[in-house]
Formats: sequence, structure tokens, C-alpha cells
Amino acid sequence: MTPVDARANRPQYLPESASQTAGPYVHIGLAPGAAGFQIFDRELGWDIAGPNAAGERIRVEGLVIDGTGSPVKDVLIEIWQANAAGLYAHPEGGGAVEDGFRGWGRVITDFETGEWGFDTVKPGPVRARGRMASGVAQRVRDSHPDWQGRAAEDNVPMAPHLNLWIVARGINIGLNTRMYFDDEAAANAADPVLNLIEWERRRATLIAKRTVRDGRPVYRFDIRLQGEDETVFFDV
Amino acid sequence: MTPAEYYQRDRRIHPPALTPDYKTSVARSPRFSLISLQGSMSEITGPTFGHGDISPIDNDLIKNYVHGGDPIGERIIVHGRVLDENARPVPNTLVEVWQANAGGRYRHKKDSYLAPIDPNFGGCGRTITDADGYYFFRTIKPGAYPWRNWVNNWRPAHIHVSVFGHAFCQRLITQLYFEGDPLIPLCPIVQTVPDAQAIDRLTAKLDMNAGVPLDSIAYRFDIVLRGRRSTMFENRLEGN
Repeated sequence: MTPVDARANRPQYLPESASQTAGPYVHIGLAPGAAGFQIFDRELGWDIAGPNAAGERIRVEGLVIDGTGSPVKDVLIEIWQANAAGLYAHPEGGGAVEDGFRGWGRVITDFETGEWGFDTVKPGPVRARGRMASGVAQRVRDSHPDWQGRAAEDNVPMAPHLNLWIVARGINIGLNTRMYFDDEAAANAADPVLNLIEWERRRATLIAKRTVRDGRPVYRFDIRLQGEDETVFFDV
Repeated sequence: MTPAEYYQRDRRIHPPALTPDYKTSVARSPRFSLISLQGSMSEITGPTFGHGDISPIDNDLIKNYVHGGDPIGERIIVHGRVLDENARPVPNTLVEVWQANAGGRYRHKKDSYLAPIDPNFGGCGRTITDADGYYFFRTIKPGAYPWRNWVNNWRPAHIHVSVFGHAFCQRLITQLYFEGDPLIPLCPIVQTVPDAQAIDRLTAKLDMNAGVPLDSIAYRFDIVLRGRRSTMFENRLEGN
């Protein structure tokens, strides 16, 4: 009997191009000023929120730390976030955002210290999949007036978060993670993505710590690629 | 209605995080499994770029860093289309490239290889795909260069390529290699890709028809990003 080739009649799709590491000189292409030369009229990714964005102005800072405990000094991080009303600057982002709000940025680490940081606005809660009827979710909605007028189906928030994508030498495929805010404990407790993480202790690796410096809120978010308190990374 | 998701990424054609022959990956690879997410608004949206973000000359690496002359090396055109898994074009998306010069030297303050900098070559470019997903660059074919991995490792000639697509979950950085380069099978970074056909798809093909006689030779490099369902209602797939 002729064996059936299970693949023979499958619909044909093109396979995705395989990822490769960004390598040690990623800055040349994506941040040439940091590589040491001026070439483009305008480098992309240095202004995430723009001057017109509503919401709380915050700074986010951290280190990326490898499995030996050493800071990674050649990393590039991209940020994708909603505005303070929980809307993304995208045709399917839920609505119009402020003029100049891009919601996207890229930052690199300091070559000597490995520290990175960026300025933005704190995002609002974003629509999630499915429904969540808990009283906690209701309190999240009550505390964010932008959400009160939404249709019932929209009223299913993910807690405020930043989406991060991390590339560097030694990272073969970009690592996706999220940064949540420690002053959003109620929203975080109801967040459908945090709640997907079976190991409650690991959820804490995604929560940035708020401090105030010179009157301005600063969130500290260290990313551990490997080992103790390894940051949760997502297959998105 | 829930917005349509992207197809699950087939991780078997991508390199795993831990690939010990590429030594840097050992301490920079997570030990825990990735947590799989269904696409939400956070993943199916992504940044958009327009022609106001870049200059028309940004895709011409022969001209975008001239300091009194042209760069030295093999003049090439790299062109192709950005498609999704459904074989549909991905229009209006940002493609960024960076590379070493003809001698394998990067214009980067951390590169100390003894091959010289080319005063007329920066080594980076960017463009936005047209309505058919088409893009092109004009550049100098990069040289191979040594790197500290094993005692005598050399990277094949390559151009780094960064593509956005229309969603943050389509974000991709990869490397373009050149057809026939004997260093490809020897390179621990290339060989992190577990699928030989996937490596072949990262290899740009000589394309004589696209060259400019007495000026530039051409290579064709198509890029495939993740595809997406057409529309998805709560429990029902509609069209595709």
C-alpha cells in the first residue's frame, strides 16, 4: 500500500524568512549616530510620544543582563506602546492618537555601562481578547475614564504595558517581552497576559518599579536573559 | 469582532535561542520556554512609516555617504519584494540595511579589524516598499571578515536586513548572503538556522536581468514576513 504523504495536499504558503542575529554592529544600520557617524537627516525611533501626547510623562530605564550576570552592552530595544487612552498609532489601533504620537521607539545601551533609558508617556489599558467580568477589571475601568464610554466588548482591558523587542549579538531571534507598572497592581492582577504565566513568581519579572527622581517618575526595568529571575519572553 | 491574528510563527525554521557553536548565544539565550500568546491589539498593530521619515537617497549606499568620491568595490543592486506567507505583497513598509565595506570593515567605533575604512562608504541604508512590496538598494558588495568565535571564523559576505511589516509581531531582522559563497556552510551564525532550505532562502541569487550593463551587477532577495488571516470573528474564520 502506498503511504500517504500528509504534506502532499496541504495548501501552499510561503515560509517566513529565517531570523538571524542583529550582530555587534546593529547600531550602524539602526542607530548610526551611536556607531560614530552622521548619515541620515533624521534617525528613527528617538521620539516615542511626541510633544502633544496626553498622559503622565515618564522615564523608563534598565539593564539587559546575561546569564553570567553581566550587563549586555550592545543591545538594541524597540518599544511599541499605546497612548494614554489605550490607542495604538496604527490603522487598527482603536482610534485616532495625538498628532506626533508614534508609540514606537528604539534605544540602545550605553557602550560602557549597558544602561538604557527612554522618555515617553505612560500608556493606558488596551483592549484584550475575550471578556473579563471580574470586579478587579471593573475597578481598572473605573480608574481610567477613557474606558468608561466604550462598548462592552471593548471594556476588557489589558493592564497598561509596553511591548519590547530585544535584539543583540548572540540573540538569534528577537526576544519579545512586556513591561508592566508596579503602581497598577489591581490592573496587573487582572491582566490576561500576566495571568497566562502559570508560575506566579515569574510574573514579577515583567513589572517595573516606580521611583521619583527630580520630581519625575522613573520606572526601573532590568531584563534578565537567562538564569535566576529570568525575564518572561513571549512567542507572540 | 476580534481583529484577525497572524499565523503562528514556525519556530522550526528559525534558529533556536541556544546554539553553542555561536558562542555568544550561550549566555544570552533564555533557559525557560517562551510563553505563547494569541495576538492581541498589542501584537497585531505596529509602527507605520512614510516617505517623510526618510530621504530619497537613503537607499543608495554608493551615494549616501560620499566625501569627495565613490566607494571602492563591486557595485551591486540588491532588490526584491517583501511578501507575506500568503504570497501577498507587503507595501509601504520600512526596510533597513547595514553592512561592512568591500574589505569587510564596518564603520563602527567598536570594529577594530585592520582592513581600512572607506572614506566614501557609510554602510547603511533604508527604503520603503512600494505598492507591490518592491524595494531596491544600490551598494557595494561587502567583504568577508573575521570574528572572535573559533580561532579562525570568517563571516560570509552579508548584508543585515531589518523589516517591520504592518504588525509588531511581524518584526524581523535577518541577514542576506550571496549565492555561491563557500563560507556560508562554514559559518556558525548561518548554521544556527536548522533548515537547509531556510538558509537557501537567505541567499540572494545573482540576477543578471536586473543589472545595469557597464555599471552594476544585481542580486535578488525576497523577504517573507508572517501572514495573517483575512478576518476572524469570535469563533469563525471568514475568507482567507
